Amino acid sequence: MDDKIKNKSESMKGLFNSLSKINLFKKISFLSKLNFKHAKANIIYKIKGLRRDTRIAERVWKIVELSRNEDRPKTIDYIENIFEDFQELSGDRLSSDDKAITTGLGKINGKTVAIIGHNKGKDIKERIQYNFGMPNPSGYRKSRRIMELADRFNFPVITFIDTPGANPAIEAEDNGQASAIAKNIEFMFNLKVPAIVVLIGEGGSGGALALAIGNYIMMLENSTYSVISPEGCAAILWKDQTATKQAAAMLKLTAKDLLNFKIIDRIIHEPKGGAQNEPDRMIKILKENLIIALSKFEGLSGEDLKIQRADKFEALGFFEK
Amino acid sequence: MADFKCEKCNKIIDTDMFLKDFKVCPYCKHHYLLDAKSRIELLADAGTFNEIAAGISPVDFLNFIDIKPYKDRIKESQQKTSISEAIVTGAAKIGGFNVALGVMDFSFMGGSMGSVVGEKIKCLADFAIENKIPLILVCTSGGARMQEGIISLMQMAKTVSSINKVKENKIPYISIITNPTTGGVSASFATIADIIIAEPEALFCFAGPRVVKQTIKKQLPPDFGLSERNLKNGQIDMIADRKELKRKIIKILKLFS
Ligand SMILES: [Zn+2]
Repeated sequence: MDDKIKNKSESMKGLFNSLSKINLFKKISFLSKLNFKHAKANIIYKIKGLRRDTRIAERVWKIVELSRNEDRPKTIDYIENIFEDFQELSGDRLSSDDKAITTGLGKINGKTVAIIGHNKGKDIKERIQYNFGMPNPSGYRKSRRIMELADRFNFPVITFIDTPGANPAIEAEDNGQASAIAKNIEFMFNLKVPAIVVLIGEGGSGGALALAIGNYIMMLENSTYSVISPEGCAAILWKDQTATKQAAAMLKLTAKDLLNFKIIDRIIHEPKGGAQNEPDRMIKILKENLIIALSKFEGLSGEDLKIQRADKFEALGFFEK
Repeated sequence: MADFKCEKCNKIIDTDMFLKDFKVCPYCKHHYLLDAKSRIELLADAGTFNEIAAGISPVDFLNFIDIKPYKDRIKESQQKTSISEAIVTGAAKIGGFNVALGVMDFSFMGGSMGSVVGEKIKCLADFAIENKIPLILVCTSGGARMQEGIISLMQMAKTVSSINKVKENKIPYISIITNPTTGGVSASFATIADIIIAEPEALFCFAGPRVVKQTIKKQLPPDFGLSERNLKNGQIDMIADRKELKRKIIKILKLFS
């Protein structure tokens, strides 16, 4: 947590430094009284550009912070308040039960559905117990087991995405983190039941995608979905943590960006200032949206659902031909 | 090219011999990175490789700039490698068998997977289905291409979906893991193969050693993520030396034919 605060202050410093550098150029061109009209125009253009970029970066960063806000409703809150008769199901039947993902069955609108979601936890004790929502292979394998069950009994699958990413650990790698994620993605493409995905907080990379192959994908207004964390991206590409906000803006990780790319189907608006301000209302809004989303796929055959999912994802990409 | 010192055993390697052995140290058998063209030469029967989907090329659709614009990185990589993207795909014969062959190249932006890698693998998978021929992908990648933002993450889904259809059509899919194969590629098409063959000491993991070390703040075992450890942990089918690789593939193709 300290690191986060440090990164934030450092990136602020970086932005201020760049701005003051530009101001210095302004001063020099003013004091020298040289009439470099062209150069001046160019500098002003650059200042405007930088200010605009800075504004965008700040706006995106606010969303990144909201997506990680500890008081946002979590998977468990949605599960407890949306579904009737929820019964948690545990274990991957191979080795263990990963608390970073909760799975189970419940009813919504009178219909049984399978529910799978990342757990971040509400307080430090829970967060440690849930490993901050970073699943091990076991968590993905448990999810797959529940999806298999859902597929056989014709229960729609609903997933809640909220993870910084898969657990980066030796044991996780030894147990096949890569194949656990890949197999989940593959399995979701084969589901003959509707899969509804909701990004409720942080959609961190492959660890999120492993539960996110949906027929219908919704994002809460202040949730994010990214190939890498802005911090990680800044460290790798800029080799400079002060570039974190800039990286966040470049990565295109907001709900609006994803809707533009047609990766998601709908943005769910949050109560003013963010979901954490009115959790009860947020839960109610999400429930309504889930019921509507489920109704869209009623009567579609398993084969149609598979084709719709495959077509949707296979169409994604930008290239010249 | 002059002779050089092996980065692993420090012995002086004769360059001609090194190239003849497809970049394997003659003393310690260390497998160096192999470019796509040499890999094709290693695996495909002479003169049988016909490139498909060659015209698909990358675009900087986000105007992504870190310390360098993405556009420039693409251009530099294309000039450096003389290939247009991080994968070369085509039809080939291996031991007389017709196959759909895709070969990644780490020298092209770290073998990172963006839209073009995704689309080329989709085209190759479709080609394998149309022609009912086995699919073989030689993997090497640092992961998803960050310069394509969230679209690069979606290539994991796109490639898995395309290959899912290959598998539904009961067409064998063999993936060859070469050093290094990490991140998004490891957690998508590389691991869903029917048969996974790895080169010796190839790094094959989802989270790379640097990230894991940083997170757990402990030293990693020296064989972290390497083929030998993956074989022991049940993550791959076999390890094959580069000079054995073609023979191994032919053996498997025969079993499926
Ligand atoms: Zn050597």
